[in-house]
Amino acid sequence: MVTKLEKIAGPRHRFLLNMGPQHPSTHGVLRVVLEMDGEYAMALDPVLGYGHRMHEKMAEGRPYNGFYPNTGRMDYLGAILFNHGYVGLLERVCKVSVPERAEYVRVITSELNRIASHLVGIGAYVLDLGAFTPILYAFDDREKILDILEEITGSRLTYCYLRVGGVTKDIDDTFIRRTRSFIDRMRSRLPMYRDLVTDNIIFLRRTKGIGVIDRDMAARYGVTGPVLRGSGIAYDVRKSEPYSIYDRFDFEVPVGENGDSFDRYIVRIREIEQSLRIIEQALDGLPEGPVMEKTKKLKLPAGACNFTVEAARGSLSYYLVGDGSDTPYRLKVRVPSYSNLSPLPELCKGMLLSDLVTAMGSLDLVIPEIDR
Amino acid sequence: MDTMHFSFGDMMRLVIAFVMLISLVFINALVMGYLERKVAARIQRRWGPMEVGVQGWLQMVIDGIKIIAKQLIVPRDADRTVFRVAPLLSFTPVVLPFLVMPFSKGLVGRDINLGLIFVLAVSSINVLSIFVAGWASNNKYSLFGSVRSVSQNIAYEIPILLSLLSVVLITNTFSMQGIVAAQGKVWFVLVQPVACLIYLISATAETNRAPFDLPEAESELTAGYHTEYSGFGFSLFMIAEYGNMFIVCAVATVLFFGGWHGPFSGEYLGALWFLLKVFLLMLTMIWVRWTYPRVRFDQLMNLAWKYLIPFSLVNLLLTALVVALL
Repeated sequence: MVTKLEKIAGPRHRFLLNMGPQHPSTHGVLRVVLEMDGEYAMALDPVLGYGHRMHEKMAEGRPYNGFYPNTGRMDYLGAILFNHGYVGLLERVCKVSVPERAEYVRVITSELNRIASHLVGIGAYVLDLGAFTPILYAFDDREKILDILEEITGSRLTYCYLRVGGVTKDIDDTFIRRTRSFIDRMRSRLPMYRDLVTDNIIFLRRTKGIGVIDRDMAARYGVTGPVLRGSGIAYDVRKSEPYSIYDRFDFEVPVGENGDSFDRYIVRIREIEQSLRIIEQALDGLPEGPVMEKTKKLKLPAGACNFTVEAARGSLSYYLVGDGSDTPYRLKVRVPSYSNLSPLPELCKGMLLSDLVTAMGSLDLVIPEIDR
Repeated sequence: MDTMHFSFGDMMRLVIAFVMLISLVFINALVMGYLERKVAARIQRRWGPMEVGVQGWLQMVIDGIKIIAKQLIVPRDADRTVFRVAPLLSFTPVVLPFLVMPFSKGLVGRDINLGLIFVLAVSSINVLSIFVAGWASNNKYSLFGSVRSVSQNIAYEIPILLSLLSVVLITNTFSMQGIVAAQGKVWFVLVQPVACLIYLISATAETNRAPFDLPEAESELTAGYHTEYSGFGFSLFMIAEYGNMFIVCAVATVLFFGGWHGPFSGEYLGALWFLLKVFLLMLTMIWVRWTYPRVRFDQLMNLAWKYLIPFSLVNLLLTALVVALL
C-alpha cells in the first residue's frame, strides 16, 4: 500500500516494530510484527504460540473426565462457557439426559460468566484507549459475580463446575438472593458506564469509524460473537441453533450498524443487558429437583460429533472423534478468538499505531484461548 | 532596581533561594506523588497506599529510598553519555522558573522585569531533554514518544504564549509581581475567560498530562520516552513532570487567579493562598487525568492548530482593540 506522502516524496524508509509478546495492549502473549512507516503500520503479522499448552493433545491422553479442568483454562475469562461446550458435546455423543434444574443452573452461571467476561473486555478496551478508571469500575462489578460464583463452584477464575449429566453443586436461596441483588446493581451501574465512557466525546472520536469490518469481510474471515454482530449480522448460537434450554427465554441479539470499533463495544454493553434478562427469567422459572443425573462411566462411541455453544467471544465448537474407549481419539476445539484475530492484518493496514490499538482492543482477544 | 549591579547580599539571596527552590521541587514531587495516588485511588474506589505511616503518607519517601538504591541500567546500544545526561537536563529547567515565581508580596527569588518571558523560555528547554532521552535510548518506542513530544510541545507553546500575551496587554508588564499586583480588585480569569481556558488546555498538553499524554502513551508506546529508564533516571523524570505541573499551575495562578491575593494576605501569608490555588489547579489536572481517555495524535494536533491558535489570536486581537479604545 502506498501512502499519500509516498506518492509525493517517493518510497520511504520503513522499519520493523515488535509489538509484544510483552506489550501493555496485546493483553497476554500475542506478538504483532509491524512494518512501520512513521506512525503508520503498513503491514502487520500476528505471531502466535507463546502460550501454547497443547490442551487438545492432552485430551487424547486421558479419560474424558480428566479434561474438565482444561476447558476452563483455555478462555480463563469465560470458563463456565467452555465447560458448557465440553459437557454438551459428551452429553450429545453419549445421549445423557440432564435434569431440568441443572439446565437452569447452567444457563444462570453461564450468563453470569458471560457478563463477567464482557466487563473485562470493555474495561480492558477502554484501558487501551488510555482511560484507567473504567476498568476498575468494571472489575468492581465483576468482583460481585466472582463472589457469587465462588460460593457454588469453589473457584473464582478457572471454574470446573459443569459435569456430564448436571452440575457439581446445587444453588441455594443465598445464591438466588445475591444474584437478584446483582441484577439490580448491574442495571443501576449501566447508566454510569454510559455517562463515563460511551457518551465521552474523546471515546467517540477514537472509536467511531475506526477498524471497520463490513459484512463481507466478517463472512470471509469467519468472525463470530460480538465482532460479527457489530458488523450487523444477527448470528448468535443461542438463537440460531439453541442448545441447552436457551429457546425458552426471551432475549434479543443486539447488532451494530457500521461494524466499527464503537459498534463492537456497544454490542457488548447491550449483551450484558440481555444476559441480565436471561438470568432473571431463569431465576423466575427455576424448577425443583436434582441437579445431577446418575451416570455410569461413559464409553465414547466410535465416530465423530460436534457441539457448538455461544462463548463470550463467539461461537465455540468442540469436535470429538471417539474410538469406543473412554479416551477421545481426537478432540478439536474451534475457539472464537482465533478467527476474530485473523482479519487483523487486513483491518489494520495503513493505520496509525493508536488506531491499531483501538481496533485490536475492540476484538477482545484472549490469547491463551488462541494458543491453547 | 538596577539589574546590572549585583551586591553580595543579592548573591546570597539568590543562593538561598536556589537551595530552597530545589527542595521545594523535591517536596512538591513527594506531595504530588502521594496526592495523585490517593486521589486516583479515591476516584477508582480503592484505598491507594495504606501501609507505611498513617494513610500511607510515608509511602513516597520509602519509594524514593527504594528508587535511589536501584542499579543504574544503561541499555547496551544506547548512547551512554547522552542517556545519563537527559534526566538531569529535564530536571534543571524545572528549578529555574521558580526563581521569579511570586509566592507572596515579599517572598520571591528575584522579581525581574521580564519574569513571564523567563518562565516560558526556561520551561521550553524541557522538550529538549525528552527528545534527547528518547533518542539516546535507541528504542523505537522511546523514539516515537520523543518525536511526538517535540511536535506536541511546539504546537502548544504558541497558544500558551498568545493567551498569556492577552493578559500582558492589560497589565502592561511582564513582571510576575506586577501582574499579581494588577489583580487586587478582580482576577483576570473573569476578564479573560477564553485566554484562561486556552491556557489551561494547552498547559495540560505542555506538561504531557492525560488526556494529552501521548509521549508516554502507555497502551501504545509502553512508556514512551522513558521506556528504558529505571531507578533514579526515571524518578528524575517524574520529579520533573510534577515540577512542570507546579510551574504551569503557578503561572495560571499568577496570571488568572490573583496570585497571592486573598483575605489576610500580608507580606508573607499570601504564600498560603498561592499554594492553595496552585494545588487546587493541580488536583483538577489529576482529576482530568483519571477520567478521560487519551486523544489520538492527529486529533491533538488539530486541536492546537485549528482551534486553540486561531481562538487565542482572535482573543488577543480583541483584547488589543479594547485596550486601545479604553
